[in-house]
Amino acid sequence: MSGNMNLTLKIWRQKNGNVQGELVTYPVKNISPDMSFLEMFDVLNEQLISEGKEPIAFDHDCREGICGMCSMFINGRAHGPKEGVTTCQLHMRSFKDGDTIVVEPWRATAFPVVKDLVVDRSAFDRVIAAGGFISANTGNSQDANALPISKFNADTAFDAAACIGCGACVATCKNASAMLFVSAKVSQLALLPQGQPERYRRVQSMVAQMDSEGFGNCTNTGACEAECPKGISISNIARMNRDYFAAKICKEEEVN
Amino acid sequence: MSNLGKTLSSSLGKKLVMGITGLFLVSFLLVHCAVNALIFLNDGGESFNRGAEFMGTNPLIRLMEIVLFAGIIWHIVQALVLTMQNKKARSVQYAAYTGNANSKWYARSMGLLGTLILMFLIIHLKHFWVVSRMTDEITSGRETLFGEMKEVFESPVVVFLYVLSMFSLAYHLLHGFQSAFQTLGFNHKKYTPTIQKIGVIFSIVIPTLFALMPIAIYLGIIQ
Repeated sequence: MSGNMNLTLKIWRQKNGNVQGELVTYPVKNISPDMSFLEMFDVLNEQLISEGKEPIAFDHDCREGICGMCSMFINGRAHGPKEGVTTCQLHMRSFKDGDTIVVEPWRATAFPVVKDLVVDRSAFDRVIAAGGFISANTGNSQDANALPISKFNADTAFDAAACIGCGACVATCKNASAMLFVSAKVSQLALLPQGQPERYRRVQSMVAQMDSEGFGNCTNTGACEAECPKGISISNIARMNRDYFAAKICKEEEVN
Repeated sequence: MSNLGKTLSSSLGKKLVMGITGLFLVSFLLVHCAVNALIFLNDGGESFNRGAEFMGTNPLIRLMEIVLFAGIIWHIVQALVLTMQNKKARSVQYAAYTGNANSKWYARSMGLLGTLILMFLIIHLKHFWVVSRMTDEITSGRETLFGEMKEVFESPVVVFLYVLSMFSLAYHLLHGFQSAFQTLGFNHKKYTPTIQKIGVIFSIVIPTLFALMPIAIYLGIIQ
């Protein structure tokens, strides 16, 4: 078909977390511009399998931009050159015939490589488990609208809740800091009445867990916000800082 | 560890220290620049020397000088600790990393810019602080601080170095000023744009004024 592309891919191959990895060059031919980046990887993997080689391991799930599973650091940027998209929503029309594309896994000590492009993001799960929830007693469900919420707060909380936990913020941050993720998870509950009882305990526990996972420290470069596929704002980081300092200065409840 | 110790050694606590010491150093720059700008009155350094004498003898200012040195050292030590942690947080580097696509180079180079400023600071302290505080050159009346300035800025190399260093300072401030407020939790639709504007103005005006001082003295515009 006309318009199809031939590309050179340089892909990080690493058998497991205990051995060194390296960039391996793979040529791919006849790639349709309408394919998604992951579909191009499917083509390459079919090609590798038919050649009797080990296919490339990469994370993916919903392929519609909402699950946060696909990762890939493409040509020096998390989820590739487009803004506001995950790798599954990146299409090959964003590249030109003859391009060389470098694909690496998320690089962070807290996200160890499992295999090839797959990294272990369970550090995020442990941060959530440390406090990113509300404790709701069971029983009959409440009357609707028993808790009034302003439209503005509902919208702002929803914007924070759009975080899909993909880890692009950590991957792109020069310090591999997780503060955008953690602040989004803190904010989505801090802005709503249901989140209030545990608000100050939550922020302290989640920050403590984040620190113990070995993420870096934020230097406010704003790279996370620019690369976030869901456009999470760094104003969430300021909110997390406010809540954290307020908790440390004003609250008596002991946390950790 | 004490409560305060635990708070200040957390990631957010360390950032808080960077922000507060940074803003404190910003306030110092403002005072330093205001006193030095007295040379632009072009009165043979008379007002400037009076200002310098006040700064050198007022007990409150002398006390603040100790706090200032503590602030500078804390800012530097904390930055070193943070940088080492940040390096550890990414043990394997990217083969390709397009930083310019999502952030400013000076925001990513605060450590480098800070190191350049520190190198300048050491030379600058040797030129003026050591002479005025560690020797009796000025207290004995053999020399004035303005006279010292004229002497130091006779050298075009020194003038060039001073001007160049002000670029490091300008870019360090361009990120640091607004970044400190973000760290302290001040991020608000209504006043953040104003903070950012003040930050840009401060980062341009203060280093420019500082840079004009050696230039004006070297060119003999200020006698």
